[in-house]
Parts: sequence; structure tokens; C-alpha cells
Amino acid sequence: MIQVTVNGAARRFDGPVNVRQVLEALAMAGKKVAVERNGEIVPQSLHHQVMLENGDALEIVVAVGGG
Amino acid sequence: MTDPLIIAGKSYASRLLIGTGKYRDFAETRAAVEASGAQIVTVAIRRTNIGQNAGEPSLLEALPPSQFTYLPNTAGCYNAEDAVRTLRLARELLDGHDLVKLEVLGDPHTLYPNMPETLKAAGTLVKEGFKVMVYCSDDPIQAQMLEAIGCVAVMPLASLIGSGMGILNPWNLQLVLDKLKVPVIVDAGVGTASDAAIAMELGCDGVLMNTAVAAAKKPVQMARAMKKAVEAGREAFLAGRMPKKLYAASPSSPTEGKISSKAA
Repeated sequence: MIQVTVNGAARRFDGPVNVRQVLEALAMAGKKVAVERNGEIVPQSLHHQVMLENGDALEIVVAVGGG
Repeated sequence: MTDPLIIAGKSYASRLLIGTGKYRDFAETRAAVEASGAQIVTVAIRRTNIGQNAGEPSLLEALPPSQFTYLPNTAGCYNAEDAVRTLRLARELLDGHDLVKLEVLGDPHTLYPNMPETLKAAGTLVKEGFKVMVYCSDDPIQAQMLEAIGCVAVMPLASLIGSGMGILNPWNLQLVLDKLKVPVIVDAGVGTASDAAIAMELGCDGVLMNTAVAAAKKPVQMARAMKKAVEAGREAFLAGRMPKKLYAASPSSPTEGKISSKAA
């Protein structure tokens, strides 16, 4: 089991997961988001390749109204 | 297109840039942006609401990036590192889009720019290939530093963000305008149409606003007013105003041929 932080909150996954699987588990598959892992951008094209490790911190962001 | 605003080599017919925050809903955002005629719209980058966004409409649907030029901002960032991270995420989110608005704030009460951190972030972003439009103080020396770093537009505040206090220091803006070659866009402080017109009459290349429209009683109508104000101010600037004179009254009608019973 691995534990990661997603947008500041702890999440547990049973086995090895990649970024795309995390997005799927959070019902965000196919949505327009950008992902950062431990301070580094994970390009969309690599979501299915980048495996998470215990203790990783993910930030998942969208565009919202702002000035 | 006559008299376009040119930013980083791209021409825009509208000199009004609009923020998309603080509206009632996306429908009102869309209506206000359309009424303003703005082509460049600022957006913020925020964490997704995990588990609560299943059927929620998105800003990207309300204002398709195919129809508007997005200007992702770093609102809420208080240091260079957070600002740079935010804009890297924005570039990833928007498929490599590199025109961005950098703002690094000094404190949450004034939202006044933190200039040392702003300069630091601008340097990093320009090196990474971003086209940086930068919110800054109206200090002509630091404005020149930002231009020298390679920012594509310099955007001094006219008064505090969200204050609606208008153009508090036209003299400093004048100094910034005199010194810079890149577009100078007033960002922050505009409260009503006359403020926008004054900024443009001073020679500013554009005006960026959000609260003045979003917090008006009728945002769509205010957006329309701002469009006219920016256009009117720009034309007045190009036309060249008459000099101000306290006396030396010069009547607009001929002094010859008046009927008169007595000599004046």
C-alpha cells in the first residue's frame, strides 16, 4: 500500500499506481487538469507512465475565474 | 485593424483586458466579457475540488480558449517560487500557452506587489520561455528593470487591487510611460469608466480590470461602459488634448460682427 498527498489531503492506494490511475480514482479522468508531482510538472503525455511512490505530493489544478 | 495593441508580436483590437473573477456565475462572466469586447481574459489556477466537481461547469467551457486569449495569473502568490510553479502548471494546463500574468503580492491587506520577488520570478519565467505581463508598482526604475529582464508588458497598479480608487498617481504613470518601450497597461484600481478613460488619455496602452466590472450593480452594463471609456480615452490621447489654461479665455464663436450697444 502507498500513501500520497493529493492537493494537501492524504490518500491511500492498494498497489502501485500511475498518475492517470490516480485521476481515474478521483473521477477526474478526461478532465482538463494539470498535475505537479513533488514540485515538478507531469506532462499529460506521461500520466500513464509516471508511477507514484510512497510519500509523493501531487497537486492537481484547473483554471477558475480570477483577476 | 487600425491602432492595434501589440503584445509579444500579437495584435489585439481591444485595449481592455478583463478578469473573470467575482461574477455571479459563468453566464454572467461570459456576458460581461462579451460586452466589454475584451480579447484577453485573466484566469486563476487553483486546486481542483476533489470529489465535488463531477458535473460542475468549467470556465474553459464558458470561455473557450479558442475564442479568447487566456492570461493565467499568479494571484494569491506571495513569493517567486509559488508564482513560477503556478505558471508552469498553467502552461501545462493550457497546452503550452506561454502568455502569462505575473503578480507576486506583498501582503493580504494591500495586495501591493512584492517587487524583489516579482523581479526574481520574472527573471526565471523569461528564461523558461514565458511571455510575461507583470503586475508591479508604479516605480519607473523597477518598471525599467522588468522591461530589461524581458517582460512583454509592464502593468503598474493605479491604486490597490479591488479598491476602485482610480488613478491615484498619474505623474508616476507618466514617468513609467516615458521610460518604457513595451506596452504599459494599468492593472488594478480602476473603479468606473472615467478612471479607465484617464488611464488611456495619459497614454497607457491598455487597462486591465476585474472588480470594477464584476462588483458593479449591473456588471454587463459596466463592461459596455468600460469598452467605450477605453476607446474614448485612447482616441483622445491620439487626438492630443488642448493645453490647459487658467485664463487667456478664447471664445469658441467669432469675436467679429457681434451686435452690441456698447463697446466691451
